[in-house]
Amino acid sequence: MNVAVRGSASRVDAGALKRQAAELRGRIIEMSHAAQAAHLASSLSCADIVTAAYWHVLNIDPREPKHPLRDRFILSKGHAAAALYAALATKGFFPIEELDTYCKDGGRLAEHPPANLLPGVEAATGSLGHGLPLGCGMALSGRIKDESFRVFALLSDGENNEGSVWEAAMFAAAQKLENVCVVVDYNKWQATARSNETLMLAPLADKWQAFGWDAREIDGHDVGAMAEAMQRVPNGSGKPVALIAHTVKGKGVSFMEDDNNWHYRAPTADEVVRARKELGLV
Amino acid sequence: MRNAFADELTKLGDDDPRVVMLSGDIGNRLFDKFKAMHSQRFFNCGVAEANMMGVAAGMAMNGLRPVAYTITPFITTRCLEQIRTDVCYHEAPVTIVAVGAGLAYSGLGPTHHACEDISFLRSLPNMVVICPGDAFEVRAALRASLKQDHPVYIRLGKKGEPVVHKGPLTDFAIGKAITIARGSDVCLLSTGNMLPEAVEAAHELEKHGISAEVVSFHTVKPLDEACLADAFARFPLVATIEEHSRIGGFGAAVAEWLVDTRVTPRQFIRFGTPDAFFKQSGEQEFAREALGLSAHQIADKITVALRQG
Repeated sequence: MNVAVRGSASRVDAGALKRQAAELRGRIIEMSHAAQAAHLASSLSCADIVTAAYWHVLNIDPREPKHPLRDRFILSKGHAAAALYAALATKGFFPIEELDTYCKDGGRLAEHPPANLLPGVEAATGSLGHGLPLGCGMALSGRIKDESFRVFALLSDGENNEGSVWEAAMFAAAQKLENVCVVVDYNKWQATARSNETLMLAPLADKWQAFGWDAREIDGHDVGAMAEAMQRVPNGSGKPVALIAHTVKGKGVSFMEDDNNWHYRAPTADEVVRARKELGLV
Repeated sequence: MRNAFADELTKLGDDDPRVVMLSGDIGNRLFDKFKAMHSQRFFNCGVAEANMMGVAAGMAMNGLRPVAYTITPFITTRCLEQIRTDVCYHEAPVTIVAVGAGLAYSGLGPTHHACEDISFLRSLPNMVVICPGDAFEVRAALRASLKQDHPVYIRLGKKGEPVVHKGPLTDFAIGKAITIARGSDVCLLSTGNMLPEAVEAAHELEKHGISAEVVSFHTVKPLDEACLADAFARFPLVATIEEHSRIGGFGAAVAEWLVDTRVTPRQFIRFGTPDAFFKQSGEQEFAREALGLSAHQIADKITVALRQG
């Protein structure tokens, strides 16, 4: 793949993306079990968004992970690192076997994505509210250097609590960063409570719209629709794009969906088998 | 120092297309020349320092050399996590320039004082901390910073301070202290905007028959260890001078070095600000006098210490 030429013309194959998303979920669940690591439900809720990005939208080449013209994908909700690692390994940025080292002593796959260590990871995240300012700086550097790549930042809904998100939102609008796209994984839960009972996010799309973004709501589990919406960036509005993606935390596994215990819980071996069966992966 | 910074930055911007200026909505007209020459590389980031620091890091991660600038507390403690995580963790070559070191903006009150920044910044991995002593050191430090590939913190005073050096510094190096005056009885290691005060203290001491060596110790991290080893070997009394808290600042860094290298000083005095907010109104000169940091007070304390042996 030549990252100098954007492959925007390709048609969305929703069926293939769905199968890919199911496989990604299967890997994430196995990783969570093997590492007994937290944030499984957060990783599952954004699995379709990550699949749309890596299997349709992003103009990237694992053989040239630092290509100056590549699209940037920043997992601003760094606690969903398992989803990112699984996508990057499957795409060939590093060996798929390395996923077995997730959270193990001495490895490169920590619970949050590391800086300057793992091919394909654009930014170290984990502390919320950092990805969008970084992304705005990357987008501006592209403008200054006449490199027309796009920047996608995936935020959690709880992350919208952070003031730095809104500082960056106003900045991006003032700078007319139309190559920047925020996707909010709006699963209605943060770590320990319902999002809208913690800090009032609603009406979230209206807020982003009011901050000068071309914002709209979307089904974050309609992987084909996500792929199409992200691929349309920049969309000609002259504004940065915000996709408020309605999702379900723990999506894809009936006994995890919308149950916030799975923010911290890791599955047993038996639960992995049941989950994979539900995902059609047996 | 402030005007020297803006002027030197404009020149560096002419020479290097990677240089980008980010301002936190201060410096009215200060950057007019830079803006006129490089309008695509100047950004007023507003009163939103966390975002500004993240933007700077994102630019630096993509090959640019951003310089982020505003008043000291707002570009250090206000966005310390962005400095730590976005800049230092990514080893992003951002040059952070703070104006209003120590009590330079004394009259504006403790919200604008900056007597803790060295302490915070020097504890961050990958960060270089430079406190220039006059306008020529500002120019040289900025130039040196933009020529290398690591995060740097440059702590400016304000505008119009006395100039100590006679002309441009051609052999300035990060981490290499500059001897201003030779002496034999006491060594005054000064960092940042206290340099003119240290020079004047040396003149006061001379009147009492005390010969003072004056060193501009502009880089607090990494420390010039050779300079320290030499100073503590040659002088019966070494003093650090800074407009910063004695907790965690330059003097504290030297004290740490003494312990770690098992050097036993004959006499060691740390001049700095106390562990308290300075709440009185008044300008910098008044504040220094109130806190025992003016030249004659430094000279008096050293004279007494040398007499007591």
